[in-house]
Amino acid sequence: MEYIIIFISAILVNNIVLAKFLGICPFLGVSNKVGTAAGMSAAVTFVMVLATIVTFLLQKYVLDPFHIGFMQTIVFILVIAALVQMVETILKKISPSLYQALGIFLPLITTNCAVLGIAILTIQNDYNLIQGIVFTAANALGFGLAIIIFAGLRERLELQGVPKGMKGFPISLVMAGILAMAFMGFSGIVK
Amino acid sequence: MSNLKHFTNGIVRENPTLVLLIGMCPVLAVSTSAINGMGMGVATTFVLTMSNLVISLIKNLVPNKVRIPIFVVVIASFVTIVQMTMEAFVPTLYKALGVFVPLIVVNCIILARAEAFAQKNTVIASILDGLGMGIGFTLALTTLGAIREMLGNGSIFNIRFVGENASTILVFILSPGAFIALGYLIAFINRLKGNK
Repeated sequence: MEYIIIFISAILVNNIVLAKFLGICPFLGVSNKVGTAAGMSAAVTFVMVLATIVTFLLQKYVLDPFHIGFMQTIVFILVIAALVQMVETILKKISPSLYQALGIFLPLITTNCAVLGIAILTIQNDYNLIQGIVFTAANALGFGLAIIIFAGLRERLELQGVPKGMKGFPISLVMAGILAMAFMGFSGIVK
Repeated sequence: MSNLKHFTNGIVRENPTLVLLIGMCPVLAVSTSAINGMGMGVATTFVLTMSNLVISLIKNLVPNKVRIPIFVVVIASFVTIVQMTMEAFVPTLYKALGVFVPLIVVNCIILARAEAFAQKNTVIASILDGLGMGIGFTLALTTLGAIREMLGNGSIFNIRFVGENASTILVFILSPGAFIALGYLIAFINRLKGNK
């Protein structure tokens, strides 16, 4: 039951993009087409779950016992950067087709604040490993949901006559605001 | 050439938030009030200036292939300094900014300036560029924070200017308001640019 609550709350109520404002850069950057958006969210899901597992274990078995919690930011970002590099190399060897699909998104993920953000939030929320994984997976799905809906909306928007000053970025932001408002309707499902 | 130009470049012509449109996460997340926006802006300015300084000093020692991880470690070290200082001296602000303080490390502005500017220019120019970009970021954040605070809370810098019972447009300090306010702010800037 507790896992279901974590899951629903992370996807719908506290959506990572629309309520927590993590991962805005890819959300606005690669949401031109539904296809690319789906590719990006798959790559993010993969790296995010892996990063949370590794950073969680590091925090519990290295940083905490040696009382060097203040090194958290430095250690986590290096782990994520190394992990992204590793995933890229392994994927290239094992599954060239998957690499073709996800390849261009992987380097972008290092500077995606969602990955580091969720790794830190997992520690801050005092989750255990299983809860942390559920939390991360749900957030990654929430990211996918938001970015795919948004890409769909933007494809439609291409065909509309938008005033000159509002074209491109501004109208996208206003639309994201309305989407966030729609997601606010879910608040109250979970405490 | 004029160092002054490096300095003003980030504030007006290449303002990172309103013109280059990078580093959006903290802009949307912490601009709930003018004070929060300003605090975040000052913290980022410090990290940006210091990392630009160090990176321009070590630019000749760093092998090209591993430069990104090295830059990231430099940035992360300064972020840790900021984090510990804020926790000690301004705990309320630190709490309000939350996870976005450690997340300064993945702010695209900082790595982008290290890559595009600090590793190619002199120390003085890099410091000025960092300061200019930081001030531009702070101005944008404070403006957005002030707009959202005025509309959503009827106050500015925590000074309330509407009556006790006046109803405010609450949505502007919630998440949708962040997107909408920033969207209109950028449209306004585009309009100003278009008129020139």
